[in-house]
Amino acid sequence: MTEMRMRDAIREAMREEMLRDERVFLMGEDIGAYGGSYACTRGLLDEFGPERVRDTPISESGIVGAGVGAALAGFIPMVEIMTINFSLVALDQIVNNASKLHYMSGGQVNVPLVLRMASGGGSQLGATHSHSLEGMFAHFPGLTVVCPSFPGDAKGLLKRSFREPNPVVFIEHTALYGTRGEVPDDTDHLVEFGQARTVRSGKDVTLVGYSGSVHQCYRAADMLAAEHGLTADVIDLRTIRPLDMSSVIRSVQRTNRAVVVEDDWKFGGFAGEIAAQIMERAFDWLDAPVARVAGKDVPMPYNRNLEYAALPSEEDVVEAVLAML
Amino acid sequence: MSVGQAIPTTVGEPPDGDLQQQFLYEMLLIRRFEEKCAEMYTRGKIRGFLHLYSGEEACAVGAINALRADDKIVTHYRDHGHALARGIEPNRIMAELFARTGGTNEGRGGSMHIFDVDRNFLGGYAIVAGHMPIATGLGLAANLSHEDWATLCIFGDGGVGEGEFHEALNLAAIWKLPVVWFCENNGYGMGVPFDDSLANDVYKIAAAYQMPSVRIDGMDALEVYSATQLALAHVREGHGPYFIEALTYRYRGHSMADPELYRTKAEIEEYRKRDAIQRLKRSMIADGLLDETTYQALVARVDAEVDEAVAYADASPEPGLHTLYDHITKEYEGESG
Repeated sequence: MTEMRMRDAIREAMREEMLRDERVFLMGEDIGAYGGSYACTRGLLDEFGPERVRDTPISESGIVGAGVGAALAGFIPMVEIMTINFSLVALDQIVNNASKLHYMSGGQVNVPLVLRMASGGGSQLGATHSHSLEGMFAHFPGLTVVCPSFPGDAKGLLKRSFREPNPVVFIEHTALYGTRGEVPDDTDHLVEFGQARTVRSGKDVTLVGYSGSVHQCYRAADMLAAEHGLTADVIDLRTIRPLDMSSVIRSVQRTNRAVVVEDDWKFGGFAGEIAAQIMERAFDWLDAPVARVAGKDVPMPYNRNLEYAALPSEEDVVEAVLAML
Repeated sequence: MSVGQAIPTTVGEPPDGDLQQQFLYEMLLIRRFEEKCAEMYTRGKIRGFLHLYSGEEACAVGAINALRADDKIVTHYRDHGHALARGIEPNRIMAELFARTGGTNEGRGGSMHIFDVDRNFLGGYAIVAGHMPIATGLGLAANLSHEDWATLCIFGDGGVGEGEFHEALNLAAIWKLPVVWFCENNGYGMGVPFDDSLANDVYKIAAAYQMPSVRIDGMDALEVYSATQLALAHVREGHGPYFIEALTYRYRGHSMADPELYRTKAEIEEYRKRDAIQRLKRSMIADGLLDETTYQALVARVDAEVDEAVAYADASPEPGLHTLYDHITKEYEGESG
């Protein structure tokens, strides 16, 4: 194990996979000389050269589509979309092409494409640069959606993404790039998709999150223990498609209460999917309705106080738990 | 006509008599196949959107016959003609239109999404210009592999107003990718004339991306073949992409749902006088490469093949309901790719 920051774990995963398999190459806006907007590709241009670490124009639809094409021809491209906000410009390629070609062709072709993108608000970037669209991508059959919360998982999940014969949307929360954690040194360390991890065990309530919200759940669990004498299961979904509901259900059957936490808007959001599945599969075990703690239903404001109010917090999670006792 | 970078002035290799007869046969096959599709649509055997290629045959036959077997094709949703010209069996195409297991895509794709990887036919795409960045990626793969196969990307004039057209051409140009962009300009984006849709001629717009760009007669299979040969030689030699605008015309509506309120019957008749099949037939007879008996034999042959395709499609079973979830994702076997 080595302690490293999330961005370094992500870079290490790409580096190891490029060394392992010459079909892997990277392209994206400013991933070369600049080193990536969030510095995840720093140094890779020097190590692998401009053919395999390819700077592109600002042309999201073009480069994602080019990734699909190169994948059809046997390569394993990683396209970095600078932020998830710009993925909206490339949705035609992601949704109409990458996610559907295997099915539509009757299984003749497949698209081993990794799309990395940075997500989340909290940096006063305003409404167009603060999206959390994980749940939107999870909506589409044919996509795998990965949302790591810790550096070790980020490395293992990203390496696993490069082995996947289908398109993977790998979403990194901007607030987590600088966080540190233990990362396995083993170059064959993979984290399988569809396996949630219980990062903290308790008996009074189940807190479910992914990406940044896992950390809010964790801090809320600290507060519940310190201030209210309550203990919580904290479940990190790690991938939201495929979704490991079995782990969530097992936990709810012990705690009888659940709060789902995400940055995305509550209305029509992914937390609603999890809440519905808990209702379908564990209704008789519930002592209270499943609660959702999510972003407020507004375009993200620029003002710092307003933005803070629009995002879910650990205090909101604690409040939701106390309301269901 | 041509603009852009220096354009080769020599013509491509002229096709010999056998090849010309092959062109004629393929154009007849496409025409007959499309007529039969219209009939099968009205009889309810084919459902969904159906876009017929009648009138544009010279584009598919001229361009695709210039390709090597290892060259890749991506195309738009009016794709039956391209699939037939690539040698995909009429039986399997018709069975796909009938939504049967014997279809190219096992009945999962339909008219607009024909795939056959064995022939490097990597799809019909039904979002206008949505396949153009994919062609760029195929070109990138060829360059990264240091191989000399090329990609033929076929699209309509309706795609030129889409952003993906411009992104795809720009990337192919800056990275010098071996892609032949082939615009079938049939005069209308659905029902809107291209003069009302675009600020400039298609081939001039493409030339702005610093690639050779030519406008050719898309109703002349021999000219299309020759122009595509030149284009392929250019891209294979590493000079980057090449653009062809082929002027053509579709005799039928945009799709079977089109009431054709935007054009006159007289206009269609005017284009039928330039029909690509009759034109090649006349020139082959004049050159002593064809006689009427041989021509009638070709007509009889395609009639029989299309009838056989319908019989095959009708006999092919529908996919079982238990296969609904097949092929959503390829199974992960611990290996990449």
